[in-house]
Amino acid sequence: MGLEQKTGNMGIVTTSLEKAVNWSRTGSMWPMLFGLACCAIEMMSAQAPDYDMSRFGMELMRASPRQSDLMIVAGRVSRKMAPVVRKLYDQMPAPKWVIAMGDCASCGGIFNNYAILQGVDEILPVDVYVSGCPPRPEALIHGVLTLHEKVKKEGIKDWA
Amino acid sequence: MNEHLQNTITKIQARHQAEVQEFRGEFTVFIEPADIQCFLLELRDQHMFNICIDVTAVDYFPQETPRFHVIYQLYSMPYNVRLQVRTRLDGNKPHLDSVQGIYKSANWKEREVHDLFGIIFTGHPDLRRIMMPEDWVGHPLRKDYPLGYEEVQFTFNFDEIMINKPHPKD
Repeated sequence: MGLEQKTGNMGIVTTSLEKAVNWSRTGSMWPMLFGLACCAIEMMSAQAPDYDMSRFGMELMRASPRQSDLMIVAGRVSRKMAPVVRKLYDQMPAPKWVIAMGDCASCGGIFNNYAILQGVDEILPVDVYVSGCPPRPEALIHGVLTLHEKVKKEGIKDWA
Repeated sequence: MNEHLQNTITKIQARHQAEVQEFRGEFTVFIEPADIQCFLLELRDQHMFNICIDVTAVDYFPQETPRFHVIYQLYSMPYNVRLQVRTRLDGNKPHLDSVQGIYKSANWKEREVHDLFGIIFTGHPDLRRIMMPEDWVGHPLRKDYPLGYEEVQFTFNFDEIMINKPHPKD
C-alpha cells in the first residue's frame, strides 16, 4: 500500500507543489481587456454566455495590465500601436502569457505593408498562435486550452 | 444647378480667371497656390462658404508634372451647396500657405496632409505628424514611397526568414 492510498483514505490528497501551482494558474487565468480590431468581436463573443469562457476560469477581463495574466492580442498591430502594446506587456506581473489571436497578429495576415507589424511576435514572446480571419470563438477557446496544457507542463523554476 | 453656386462661380471666374470643371453636378475650381488664402477668405466672407469639410491631397506622380493637387472641400451652410477648390503644387519642396487662420477646422487636416504627403503649410502653428509615429521617415501616401513588403514564409524559405525576424524576450 502506497502513501497515496493510505492518506487518500484519511481524506488527504498528495501532489507535487508544481502541479498544484500550475493547476491554480490555469484555473484563474485572467485575460487583459483590450482588443485592436475585428478579432476583438470574436473575443467578446467567446466571453459571452453562448461560448462562455468562464467555464475555464476566465470570466474576468481585467482592465488593468497589473491584474492580468494573459494578453490576447486580438487584431492587427500597427507600427504606431506597437510600443503601446509592448508597454502593456511590460506592465503585467510575472507569470504572463500571450496569445496571438488571428492571422494579423500571428503573421501580418492580409496587411503585408509598411504600416502593420508582420506578426506580434516581433515585439512579444508569443505562446500560442490562433489561426483564422477572424478565428471563431471555439478556435480561441481551443487556443486557450492549448495554452493551459502548456502551462501545466511548466516548472516553477521557469518563472523564478 | 443652384442659383447661389452659379452666382459664386461666375463672380470668381470674372475676378480670378479660374479654371472651373464640372463632374456630375459637382464643381471644382482650380486656383494658383499663391492665391489660396485670399481666395478662401473671399469665399468664406462674401459667398458664405462657412465650413471647410476636408483638406486632402492627391499625388499624380508619373502622369502629371505639378504632381500634387491639394483639395479643399467647402460647404455653405445657409445655401446648402458644396464647392471643391483645387491647387496644383510642384513636387520640389511643396509649399502652401496655411488656411487654418480662415477655417479653424483645417488645422488637423493640414497636419494630416503634411504627414502623409510632405506638403509644408507655412504659417501653421503646430505642423507635426498626426497619423504616423513621430520618428517616421518619409511620407507614405506619395506614389514613390515603397509599399513595404515582407517575404511570405513557406517551407523552402522558412529558416532564412526566421534568421532575420526579431525574437523578443521578456
